[in-house]
Amino acid sequence: MIDVLYFAWVRERIGLPKEKVETSAATVADLVAELSAREERYALAFSDTSALRVALDQDLSDFDAPLAGVREVAFFPPMTGG
Amino acid sequence: MRIVVQEPAFDIGAETAAFASGRHDMGAIVTFTGVVRDDTGTLDHLEIEHYPGMTERAITAIADEARTRWSLGDVLVIHRHGCLAPGAPIMMVATCAPHRADAFAAAEFLMDYLKSRAPFWKKEVTRDGAAWVAAKDADEDALTRWKG
Repeated sequence: MIDVLYFAWVRERIGLPKEKVETSAATVADLVAELSAREERYALAFSDTSALRVALDQDLSDFDAPLAGVREVAFFPPMTGG
Repeated sequence: MRIVVQEPAFDIGAETAAFASGRHDMGAIVTFTGVVRDDTGTLDHLEIEHYPGMTERAITAIADEARTRWSLGDVLVIHRHGCLAPGAPIMMVATCAPHRADAFAAAEFLMDYLKSRAPFWKKEVTRDGAAWVAAKDADEDALTRWKG
């Protein structure tokens, strides 16, 4: 079971900020494929992963990164701080 | 080093004075303040969302990196989230160093990285509706000058 978090327009498209997901996905890309297969709103949010960023346990990572041992995955658009 | 992520306003003058006080070996203090800008005259407010936990962690990592690159006495970063009106200060960075070149360079480095590596997202709420601010290629390009 991992915590999956969504921010900014990803959160708005999916319609929730956080959920627990039971998954055996090996990589972030596998998790994205699983979520996208669930419902249209997920497919829409994940339709272009080049427009998204991912953090694993609060560190920026990549979509091909393994999920083994990861407790928290976050998806969000490119950051606009400052 | 002090990293603050908060919703309330902060007092630029008081923060700068506190940051500067009691130092006798620092010849240079540089501060930068980012302010909510209304380009079109239609902005009602900005909504800033962030990722609690990762935000503090990411800013600390950026500040630590600055301290390894330049000879700095101290670093301060304050960044707000929530609803901010045009003209309101969003964030400030302060650096101090024995010499100004280090203080200026470190402040610019902090700003460049805070823009695209700290997990904040801005949404502009205008009279005509609301829209997320898109990240600019220029912000990503700005990081290349610090690499290699």
